Amino acid sequence: MPPQDLIISSPFSITQMLWLIPAVPVVAAGVTALLRQPKRRTAVTLAIGSVSFSLLLSLVAFVHMVVRWAEGFCVHETVNFTWIQVGATNVELGWVLDPLAAVMLVMVTFVSLLIFIYSTGYMKHDENYTHFFCFMSLFAGSMLGVVIANSLLLLFMCWELVGLTSYLLIGFWYQKPSAAAAAKKAFLTTRVGDVFFLLGMVWLFAQTGTLLFYNGGTGSMEPEALAGLLAQPAALGLTAAGAISLLIFAGAAGKSGQFPLHVWLPDAMEGPTPVSALIHAATMVAAGVYLIARVYPLMQAGALAGGTTTALTVVTWVGASTAVFAALIAVAQNDIKRILAYSTISQLGYMMAGLGMGGVAVGMFHLVTHAFFKALLFLGAGSVIHGCQDEQDVRRMGGLKSDMPLTFATYSIGMLALCGFGFPLFFSGFWSKDGILDAALHWSVAKTPFYMLVLGALLTAFYMTRQVAYVFFGHWRGHKPAHESPAVMTVPLAILAFFAMTLGLIGTPAWQWFSAFLEGRSACFDLSRIVYPEFLALMGTSTVVVILGIVLSWRLYGDRSPKPEQPDVLEKAAPLVWRWLRNRLYVDELYEVTVIAYYGWWAWVADWLDRRVWGGVVDAVAWAFRGWAQLNRFLDSNVVDGSFDKGCDELAVGGGLLARVQTGRVQTYLRVLALAVMVLAAILIWSSRT
Amino acid sequence: MTPLASYLLVAALLFSIGLAGALTRRSAILVLIGIELMLNAANLNLIAFWRYGPHPEALTGMMFAIFSIAVAAAEAAVGLGLVIHIHRYAHTTNLDAMNRMKG
Repeated sequence: MPPQDLIISSPFSITQMLWLIPAVPVVAAGVTALLRQPKRRTAVTLAIGSVSFSLLLSLVAFVHMVVRWAEGFCVHETVNFTWIQVGATNVELGWVLDPLAAVMLVMVTFVSLLIFIYSTGYMKHDENYTHFFCFMSLFAGSMLGVVIANSLLLLFMCWELVGLTSYLLIGFWYQKPSAAAAAKKAFLTTRVGDVFFLLGMVWLFAQTGTLLFYNGGTGSMEPEALAGLLAQPAALGLTAAGAISLLIFAGAAGKSGQFPLHVWLPDAMEGPTPVSALIHAATMVAAGVYLIARVYPLMQAGALAGGTTTALTVVTWVGASTAVFAALIAVAQNDIKRILAYSTISQLGYMMAGLGMGGVAVGMFHLVTHAFFKALLFLGAGSVIHGCQDEQDVRRMGGLKSDMPLTFATYSIGMLALCGFGFPLFFSGFWSKDGILDAALHWSVAKTPFYMLVLGALLTAFYMTRQVAYVFFGHWRGHKPAHESPAVMTVPLAILAFFAMTLGLIGTPAWQWFSAFLEGRSACFDLSRIVYPEFLALMGTSTVVVILGIVLSWRLYGDRSPKPEQPDVLEKAAPLVWRWLRNRLYVDELYEVTVIAYYGWWAWVADWLDRRVWGGVVDAVAWAFRGWAQLNRFLDSNVVDGSFDKGCDELAVGGGLLARVQTGRVQTYLRVLALAVMVLAAILIWSSRT
Repeated sequence: MTPLASYLLVAALLFSIGLAGALTRRSAILVLIGIELMLNAANLNLIAFWRYGPHPEALTGMMFAIFSIAVAAAEAAVGLGLVIHIHRYAHTTNLDAMNRMKG
């Protein structure tokens, strides 16, 4: 059944109420921010309560979608409204409920809830506890806004809000200069991608006149608009559709830490560990992948049967190279969170490659499973850091498997899931990663990505085993003894571990429920899809590769517990390669001497111009006006005031003279009067005589 | 019959005595008396001109004089009232002391 649109008008349907899912956490964040004084209990209750409410609504929405799917419909249920009307141009916003959004909603709210609960333990002693939950709720709300947006504009707004909360939370311990710098770096680096995203969005609006994804046939992701975009040529042999796709992908690459915009993600680990788990591993960085999945019709527009498009090819190559590149760097890192950060970048590369080669379902499946096991790994790392009194260097840990048994058990599950460990226990990462490898094997353009991804899998197994060996095996090399974390932290770990083990079952090749649900096909159980030889070979390959990685790493690092000062085993073997990997292939340094130096130079020029040229002009004008004012003051005080004062003086003198006439004596007046009458009489007599 | 000029001479003399009194005396009451004398000189003139005028049968001059005497009485009453008030205020009737309106 082809996808069909449904514009919902009934006010009581779940789709109509979908806006509540992001709105409630945002309102909770607002209320927390407005509390008159830090109230820990209120803040936590609001945050956890609002996310639980969102989870409940998301589950209702999910069940609703599953029911619709079981009825045989694959629908985009949308609610759209006009936001701004300028002349004949409407800017419309809206939200959409489809399988993609439903899956993502449940994943985000569920992982958020667990991490919120975990944070109540992890952040217990922090003085800015209230702020933390305020930001976290705001993040959850904005992320859910990204998920349900049916308009590229609304998505972009929430996208930027997510970026803001990411900035706030990376810089949560802003007293540390490194945290403040990391927050700025994250904000600016993602902004580079967002500029392209914005350009793509404006272009799309100019071409199609709408930013809605689905709107009953007139949305920008629907055939009519796509045909128009395909007919419009852009530069370099691309159609408008291809060019816009690439611009949007640049935004997604910034957010999802794809090469070359990955540099911010490892530094983002300066934030509190629950933040790293929620934002920089499970959800926000996956927003880029989700965005590509959301605009997939545009990405795919113009593809021939079984073929691919320029945009998807770019996505694939960027994803595959990021996967290998980040995995290589992760091998030589010693900070427990940085290893996980590079592994996140690498896994995001897998997702992008999966989207590029296999379609929405393949990439999204890895996104969902990854969210669970990566959140698990980060929370486990947080538990380790918490237990070791804020020690993050894996070389100063060791032997924790007996001190922190629960953390060890759950961490191992997360690690095996991340490695994609297959036989005999099938972890969720195995199925999702195999889906991507399968897609890569059948990709029509080139086979290189397949080999790159297999190499990535080998490296993943290698560096994860190295980390686990350092942290949990050998003997304790730290200062103070480690202790197990409280139940409020370990219970979320256990729940996540359960899902990291089992979640893969919804997307095994035998029962492809996940992709069927997303693509609107019916799912049926068919074991034959596993046992056909080609797939068995693939499964075998990946299992062998993973076991090879684990064994290799274990032979080098297992139970050795080297001293922190000793050089690494690999460093002795190949010091040059090790130094390059240790320094993250000098990408940061490269940016330092190119982009940053370039902007630094411009900043210097601008500063010089400002101080010397414009400042001089301003000073000269100021001096001119000051001189003019001095002249005016001189004229005023000496000419104008002088003449006025002189006039006043003369008047006063004249008045004084005249006042002497007024003696106040009645008889004097009478005498003057009499004299005047006599003079008058004399004049009259004199004149009448003649 | 006494000629008009004699009346006028008497009136002029009377006026001059009144004016001299009003100008030279220090006491406010004596100044008032001088003013009364001047008014009466004017009244005498009025009567004289009436009697020697072209229509002595009409009582116009008489009426004018009576009117003037009534006005003089009112003036004397107001003047004396003022003098009493000034005396109460300054305990003197000396006009030279009353120079509060000096400019």
